[in-house]
Parts: sequence; C-alpha cells; structure tokens
Amino acid sequence: MSAQSLVDQLKGGLDAPICLTWELTYACNLQCVHCLSSSGRRDPHELTTAEAKRVLDELRDLQVFYINLGGGEPMVRGDFFELVEYSVTNGIGVKFSTNGAFIDADKARRLAAMDYIDIQISIDGLDAATNDAVRGSGSYAMARRAMHNLAAAGFGPFKISVVVTRHNVGQLDGFKALADSYGAQLRITRLRPSGRGADTWHDLHPTNIQQRQIYEWLLHKGETVLTGDSFFHLNALGEPLPGLNMCGAGRVVCLIDPIGDVYACPFVIHDQFRAGSVRDEGGFAQVWRHSELFHELREPQSAGACASCGSYDSCQGGCMAAKFFTGLPLDGPDPECVAGEADAMLGAVHVELTPRPSLDHSHRHPHSHPGRRPLSVSTR
Amino acid sequence: MRRVLTLSLLDAPLELDPQVALRPEPFGALAYHYGNRRLVFMKHHDVVVVAEQLASHPSLSAALRACAIAESRWPAFAKAFAALTESEIVRERPVTG
Repeated sequence: MSAQSLVDQLKGGLDAPICLTWELTYACNLQCVHCLSSSGRRDPHELTTAEAKRVLDELRDLQVFYINLGGGEPMVRGDFFELVEYSVTNGIGVKFSTNGAFIDADKARRLAAMDYIDIQISIDGLDAATNDAVRGSGSYAMARRAMHNLAAAGFGPFKISVVVTRHNVGQLDGFKALADSYGAQLRITRLRPSGRGADTWHDLHPTNIQQRQIYEWLLHKGETVLTGDSFFHLNALGEPLPGLNMCGAGRVVCLIDPIGDVYACPFVIHDQFRAGSVRDEGGFAQVWRHSELFHELREPQSAGACASCGSYDSCQGGCMAAKFFTGLPLDGPDPECVAGEADAMLGAVHVELTPRPSLDHSHRHPHSHPGRRPLSVSTR
Repeated sequence: MRRVLTLSLLDAPLELDPQVALRPEPFGALAYHYGNRRLVFMKHHDVVVVAEQLASHPSLSAALRACAIAESRWPAFAKAFAALTESEIVRERPVTG
C-alpha cells in the first residue's frame, strides 16, 4: 500500500483520534499574547475530577495511546497529578505542556519517578527580552528553572517547545543548542492566529523571507526536531518536510476544552468548529464518530481558489484555522502561502470583520477598559 | 549479502515488544511503543496478523507459514519486519531456559 493511500485513508477519518489535545483548564498564571485558548481565568464550568476520569475511561476503551494535556496551565488544577496518574494507569501516556511555573525541585522528582510522562516546557525566546515580550515578565526565568529542575531530577529527555515568531527565527540554532545542553528534544511549531493570537498574528508571524529560512533549517538541521507536522504549508517551497502532509482536524486530531467541548483541532476554539461535548449523551465517542462537523471535515475537500496552482498537492492549501481567523476562505490559500497567493486577499479583508474566538478567559485588566466597571479585581 | 541478512531475520524468533500496543485500523493497525513513544503505521492487514502471531512460533518464517503467507511474499515481509524491528515495535525474543 503506498504512502499516498495511507494519507487518503487518514483523511477519511479513523474510529478514534491519534492525537488528542485536552486543555485541562483555562486558568493560567501567564497571559501569553499568542495564547491559542485565550486563557487566564478558570471557567466555572470546567470538568470535575470525576467527569475527567470518565473521559479517560472512554479514551482507554477507544485505545487512544496518549493525550496531550495543556491549558491554560494544566498544573494549576489541584487534581493534576491525580488525573495524570489515572491516565497512565489506564494505558494512556501523557504529554503535557507547561510554562514550568510549578515544576520546583520536589515536583520534578515526582515527575521523574513516573512512567509514560512527557513534558513540554514552552519558551519563545533564547533570552528574557525576546521571550518575555511574548510570554510575559519573568516567564523566561520560570521556564529555565523548570528545565534545570527536571534535568537535576534525572527526568530524562523532556521537550522544549517553541512557537516560531518573527523575533525568534534567528535563534533556531540556539534553541537546538539549549535543548542539547539539557539532553532534551526541541519542538518548534507554527504561530497560529487563534485565541489571543488573532490580535497579535499580524505583527508576530514570520515574514516571507523567514518562512524560507524555517523551511531550509528544518530540511537541513531538523532531523531530530519535532514539529507536530505543523509546517506543511512550507512544502510548496520544494522537497517535502518529513511528516504527514495533511490537515488532521476532525480526522485524526481533535481538542477537548476545559468545559468538555470538542473542537476539530487545538487552533479552532470557535462555535463553527465545535462538534459537541463530552457531556452529551454518548460522550466523546459519539461526538468523534457521529458529529456532523467531523463528517464534513472527512469528506474530500475542495481546492477552491488553489485548484489551478501547481503546488496544491505539496501544501494542501495549508492550515484551516489560519485561514479562518484571518478572514480568508477555507478553500483558498493559507495566509502564509509561500507563493504569495494570499497577500492581496489579506489586504482586502476588513480586520474588524474577521471571526473572533468564541471564548475569552483572559485576565481582566480593570484599567484597560476605563468605561467598564470591573466585576472583580482578583486575577484568579 | 542482503540475502544472508534476510534469511537470518526469517529464522529469528521474534515477538511484539511487550511495551507495544496495536490498535486495529481500516488500513491495518497503529502500533504504539509506550517506551520510546513511537507511533508506527502498519499499512498491511497481513503484516498485522503475522505480528500478532510471532510469539507463538519459533521463527518469523514459521509464523508466515502458519498465517498461510505464500513464500513468494516472504522477502517483502522480511523487509517489513526488519523495519518494525528497527523501530523497536518488534524485537528478537530473549532466549529462555
């Protein structure tokens, strides 16, 4: 069976996801300007421990091998370790993304003693100035401390996760060296205009010249670097990058948000891509297998405006979420189309008409809305 | 030389790594190694059937015979299992007793 027909089969969807992201809470100690889930404050309707365990029971029965936990900051949840242990005991490996704030020496040792745990520490700059401009004051030191603690506890090869922006493209070699210095693995992913990223993408996303730089770097130095296959839109530049060249949304990938809503992928927390809730009758499996939205996404997709472009087979039209939140048609070019097909279209989009993320849990800044009286000045 | 290598794998007692789980899929199966976290697409149903049978047979070739795989296809299977061994989904059975 050829590789192409495997991709075709995956496009038709599987009985259970391969890669499932579960944002455990909207609460976060940070307020990154590109946060995909606009996190900050906990949502009062977040899944309880018992509900979360029921979801894990379901995922075990579906033979989901591992889950990617995130947030918000997942370690903020008081039942974080309880859920992780429950998951692993049930044969579901856990990879979680954290800003590292809560990985002190004790927690690092506790994590190092557990099997089937993977940790991704987020960092978006090689120095405090570059990183903190995006992730907030003190976040660079926080991440480095966590890395140090994990290494000192003998955790083994954790992951260092970088969102590539206009300001850190030049630091890719440095990030690789940083990961090597800890015996860690580097993971770089694409900046998406999702969540709070909708407001910052235009200023932060790599320029056209930088996109080629990312592509060349991955091609020549990226052999041991993870990408979550997130740069497949760059394949139109030439030789394809390793990985599955396809959008997995609703086909092999999905997102469960903190209140149990199921979305097509981690980058589309918007009503239009909400497939259902794990709280609905039939639970997660019912949503995954029978939601109308997921069935639509598993149908062959039209190449639309890209049909006449010779590169469509290479880039597959790029990322659905990136198009959606920049106001481009879903069957048109990716906003970062390397052939420049989106440039004129982006210029014609009225920014105020682009879709807004459906949920916003950002911390309230009482002083930023002078006309509005804050409900609470608490940051929790 | 390649022939020698192929023959030796066919003669080898193999098994699925104990840290590996298989999930049946329309295209064959997904194999996941909990230890090295590698996810491997097993793109052929027959390969999946043979992989599941490996541990009950003294060698790969015995497993192929038991699964009624025509001998003309054995070189292709030897290649497939060499790749699965490489990614640690399948391993040589430790010698016992």
